[in-house]
Amino acid sequence: MPYHYVVLAKQVPDTKRVTGNAMKEDGTVNRAALPAIYNPEDLNALELAITLKETYGGRITVITMGPPAAAEILREAYYRGADRCILLTDRRLAASDTLATSFALSEAIRKLGHSDIVLCGRQAIDGDTAQVGPQTAEKLGIDQISYVEAVTDLSKSSFTARRNIGNGFEIVEGPLPVLLTVTASANEPRYASAKRLMKYKKARTQFEVVKAIKDRNPAATDESVKLEAKTIIDELACRGLVIEEWNVDTIGGKAERFGLAGSPTQVVNIESVVLVGREYKQVKEHEGALSELVEELKKEYIIG
Amino acid sequence: MAKKAKSQAANTKSSRPQNEVWIYAEQSGGKLSEVGLELLGKGRELAHKLSAPLGAVLIGDGIMELANDIIAHGADVVYVVDDPIVKDYTTRPYALSCISLVNEFKPQIFIIGASVIGRDLAPRVASSLRVGLTADCTKLRIDDYTDPRTEKIYKNLLMQIRPAFGGNIIATIVNPHTRPQMATVREGVMTMPKRNPSHRGEIIPFHVKFPSSELKVKLVERAVREKKVNLKAAQIIVSGGAGVGSKENFALIEELAHALGGVVGASRAAVDAGFIDHDHQVGQTGTTVRPKLYIACGISGAIQHQAGMAESAKIIAINTDSEAPIFKVAHYGIVGDLNVVIPRLIKAYRAGGTSTAAKILANEIKCVTTSGVEVNG
Repeated sequence: MPYHYVVLAKQVPDTKRVTGNAMKEDGTVNRAALPAIYNPEDLNALELAITLKETYGGRITVITMGPPAAAEILREAYYRGADRCILLTDRRLAASDTLATSFALSEAIRKLGHSDIVLCGRQAIDGDTAQVGPQTAEKLGIDQISYVEAVTDLSKSSFTARRNIGNGFEIVEGPLPVLLTVTASANEPRYASAKRLMKYKKARTQFEVVKAIKDRNPAATDESVKLEAKTIIDELACRGLVIEEWNVDTIGGKAERFGLAGSPTQVVNIESVVLVGREYKQVKEHEGALSELVEELKKEYIIG
Repeated sequence: MAKKAKSQAANTKSSRPQNEVWIYAEQSGGKLSEVGLELLGKGRELAHKLSAPLGAVLIGDGIMELANDIIAHGADVVYVVDDPIVKDYTTRPYALSCISLVNEFKPQIFIIGASVIGRDLAPRVASSLRVGLTADCTKLRIDDYTDPRTEKIYKNLLMQIRPAFGGNIIATIVNPHTRPQMATVREGVMTMPKRNPSHRGEIIPFHVKFPSSELKVKLVERAVREKKVNLKAAQIIVSGGAGVGSKENFALIEELAHALGGVVGASRAAVDAGFIDHDHQVGQTGTTVRPKLYIACGISGAIQHQAGMAESAKIIAINTDSEAPIFKVAHYGIVGDLNVVIPRLIKAYRAGGTSTAAKILANEIKCVTTSGVEVNG
């Protein structure tokens, strides 16, 4: 049986491009003002999966959990080399913390049947928690290797991986299946291939197909929308261009473990970071003023 | 000094109070990590507020002696899993040790350092226990919480405060229903308590049964190099940013650091540009520092950088851009070219401080508010 790589992905607001209008007056985040992107380290995870596929063969399934708009990053996954993409989307999954998220993702991975390596980014740039990977591994009852930079060996029953532990590295080995969280230092994600882009830019979710029909013909009855959508989806499916849409019913599991109900953490409040300007002493850049500054620091025993 | 528990009869049900505050005393290679000791200081404060004992979890092989050091840093009790199986850190046996200890002794709070080890261990433990976990906290305190949905009041919860969204927001998070309340804490943000050899505590050895299914991952090799610089221990840090301009020009930063007896830091921009090694990086994705003196040269002062240095006792900012955000956290601001200012600073320092000329010119030092309105200083 060929290797099955399952790659997790998250669509995130680009927190590196936070500008003045990124925060609303009330101090909450104005998500609309930030571009939504493929979480950078999730791209490193996808790239690692693609290189493993190139070396050892197999197939790549990408799963994301998010709102319907997250289909965008799944198209990107197709452009780069995914074989199958699944959007796990359901209002019942809203407000999930990392525990509830990992539960939903682990149920989705189980639903896929056999998998050899689950890969995800070390952390997402919006929450920076680095928790969902290890928690998903725990839920699946498989080993986790975090901070992975490379898979140096792979066989049907075992793997060897190198971890970046900040002040050095570790080589670890263990059995499959395993979950790896991948760091930015692992690789340089490739760009989309032009050929794949041409093909997969037409890939759509059910939600997107229905929305397009309704936008084109607002007067259409539900019945006719449904009928037309089915025709389009069937046609896309023939060409392998359907982004599957899964929900809570698809993956099963107890309702109380999803979304808000399955999230033990609660947010008490959110404050935007206001840079409170403190009064500072301006020192001129000429020698006299700088000497004075040095003198002052010496007097306060700050420098010797 | 520690007294060892007399009986360790196969982990019989403990008579310990089930409301302890726990910290994870991380060790690596038989040496306690700084972050674990830092947690003992905060843990002590939380335990005091809750009138609860402070416990520490120590896992490793041949590490029993470290328990005394943990007690000297404030722990009332140290739970030790001392077993050749857990000589090196691997996820599952360490997680199983923590899970077994929590199930046995039921602490109300369990905090773990947000190190490479802690960030691997804590989510595994929290997921297994099905409890909430907040990552990378920078502040922790005890307070009451009213659930807005049920209006139920929860007394004395752990308020877990952390930056998110790239440092642009600060979130306060609680776990009202699940115990223990778990959080990881960023390295370097809590102050390490002073060692007090006369503090007394109890050492409780704890035996964990490790099924073979938990022991499949093996550490083949670990290569650790000493960090090029110890930013956390430095009293004086001179940091360079993108404004330094080149790798060669970083020599200027090194020169000033050397002259003042400090070490060299850097912003992420300088590290990403390849001017200097990541070991030197200060900020959210680097090291959090709180030296006596922090000199930021050519650093604009992004929120992520400020997160790692704003607590420094005195901050001097040197930047050509008078609007740079770094001035908002600075105590002294020098608007000017670092290539000019730094050599002059070194010269002034070597000259031994104030010259007569400087005294005359002292009047020129003005107080300026960030709004740019000058007031006489």
